[in-house]
Amino acid sequence: MSAAFAAVYTRELRLALRRRVEALLPVVFFVVAVSLFPVGVGPEPQTLRVIAAGVVWVCALLASMLSVANLYALDHADGSLEQMLLSGHPPTLIASAKAAAHWTITGAPLVLAAPLIGLLLDMSPAALATLVAALLLGTPILSLLGGMGAALTLGLRSAGVLLILLILPLSIPALIFGSGAVGAVDSGISASGHFSLLGALLILTALIAPPATAMALRIALE
Amino acid sequence: MTAARAVPSAESSARRVSYNPAPVASDATLDTLACTDLACRRGNRLLFSAVNLEVRAGQAVWLRGRNGRGKTSLLRLAAGLAVPEAGQVSWGGVDVRRASVYAPLRVYIGHANALKDDLTVFESLQFLARLHGRAHDPASLNAALERVAMASRRDAPVRTLSQGQRRRAALARLALERQPALWILDEPYDALDVDGIDVVNRLLHEHLARGGSVLLTSHLPPGAGAPDMAEFDLDPFAPR
Repeated sequence: MSAAFAAVYTRELRLALRRRVEALLPVVFFVVAVSLFPVGVGPEPQTLRVIAAGVVWVCALLASMLSVANLYALDHADGSLEQMLLSGHPPTLIASAKAAAHWTITGAPLVLAAPLIGLLLDMSPAALATLVAALLLGTPILSLLGGMGAALTLGLRSAGVLLILLILPLSIPALIFGSGAVGAVDSGISASGHFSLLGALLILTALIAPPATAMALRIALE
Repeated sequence: MTAARAVPSAESSARRVSYNPAPVASDATLDTLACTDLACRRGNRLLFSAVNLEVRAGQAVWLRGRNGRGKTSLLRLAAGLAVPEAGQVSWGGVDVRRASVYAPLRVYIGHANALKDDLTVFESLQFLARLHGRAHDPASLNAALERVAMASRRDAPVRTLSQGQRRRAALARLALERQPALWILDEPYDALDVDGIDVVNRLLHEHLARGGSVLLTSHLPPGAGAPDMAEFDLDPFAPR
C-alpha cells in the first residue's frame, strides 16, 4: 500500500525535476508578487509591517492555486490516471500522494522563501518565525484543497477559473488564522490559539479532502 | 434467455466462432469475466444494450464493431472504470467494481499509452510495474523492453518516441506478466509494424497457454499469427 504512495510520490518529484522551470514558477510568482507591494503601496516600513502577513498569505494562496490546475489534467490526458485508479490501491491513497507531492514541490519552497520575503517587508524576527510556522501548517491545507478542486474540475473546459472560484472560498479560514497568528504576535499576544485552529483545519482537510478527491476522480473517469 | 457466451445471441449466431482450444495450464483456474444484459450510454446516446459476453480462462475474445459502436466503452466497463447503464459486469460472480481480487488480475491497456512524455521509457514502465505490483527490478524491466525491441531506446524520453514505439513501450507491460490474468487491450495492434504485431501475438499465445484470458478490440481482423479468438460483434446490439 505504501509502495503505491511512494511510487506516485517519487514519480511526481521526478516529473517536477524534468520540468524545473514549470516547477519553480509558483515560487517565482510568489516572490515577484510580494515584492510588488512595497512598490505599489509605498516603502514606509510601518505600513509594510502592518500588511506583511496578509500579503504573504494571499500571494502564497494564489501561487499554490497557480500550480494545482495541472495536478490531474496531464495524467488524465495520457491515461496514467486510469492506470492509477485501476491499480487496486485505494484512490484516496493516490490522492494523498499527489497532494503530498504538490506540497513538496510548491508548498515547501513557499515556506522556505517566506523569511526572505518577510525581511523585504520589514517584519520582526518573532513575526517571521510565526509566519513560517503558520505557513508550514497552512500550505498543506492549500495543496489538499487544490487537489480536490483539480479533481472536481477535471475535464472541464474552463477548469482553471472554476478551480479558483471553488477553492479560494474554502481556503479563507486558513488565510484568516494564518495571517492572524502573525498579527497576534505583533501585538504581543500568544499565537497558540491561531496555531491550534490551523492545526485543526489541517487535520480536518487531511481527513476530508483525499476521499473527496478520490470520489471526484472516479466520477471524472466514468 | 440469452446464452452467456462470446457470441451475439440471435443475429450473428450463423457466424463461425472458434473457441480457443488451449487447455488451462495452471492449477488455480482464472475466474470468468461475465457481462450480463449490459447497456452503455454515452451522453444522450445509447451505444448498445442487452450485451451478454463471457471471457473464460484460456480464452481470447476479439471485440469488433464499427466506429462509435462502443468497443472502448465496453472495455472500460469490463475494466471497472465505468458504471453500466444497465446490467452487470462480474468477475467470478462478483461485480467488478467490488471484487477486490479483480484489480491485481486485470491488465488494462487503453488507447492512451499511460506513458509520461518527460520520463524515460524505462522510468515510465517501472512506474506502471510498481503501481500494479509487478516485478520492477531493472533486470525484469530490461527483459520486457527487450521483448518488444525497445531496449535500445530504454533511456530515451517518451517525448522523442514515434507512435509505434510508444505503443511498444506500453505493451512491454504484457511481457512482465507471469501469472494467468485477464488482459483487456484496446487496439493493441494500433500503430505497430509487422514485427510489433508479431511480438504481441507471441505474448498473447504465451498468455493463453498459461491460462490467461484476453478481451481485445481491433479494427482489422487479427492476422495469421494471432491466436484463435472468439469473435464478438457489437453491431447487432446497437439500438435501431
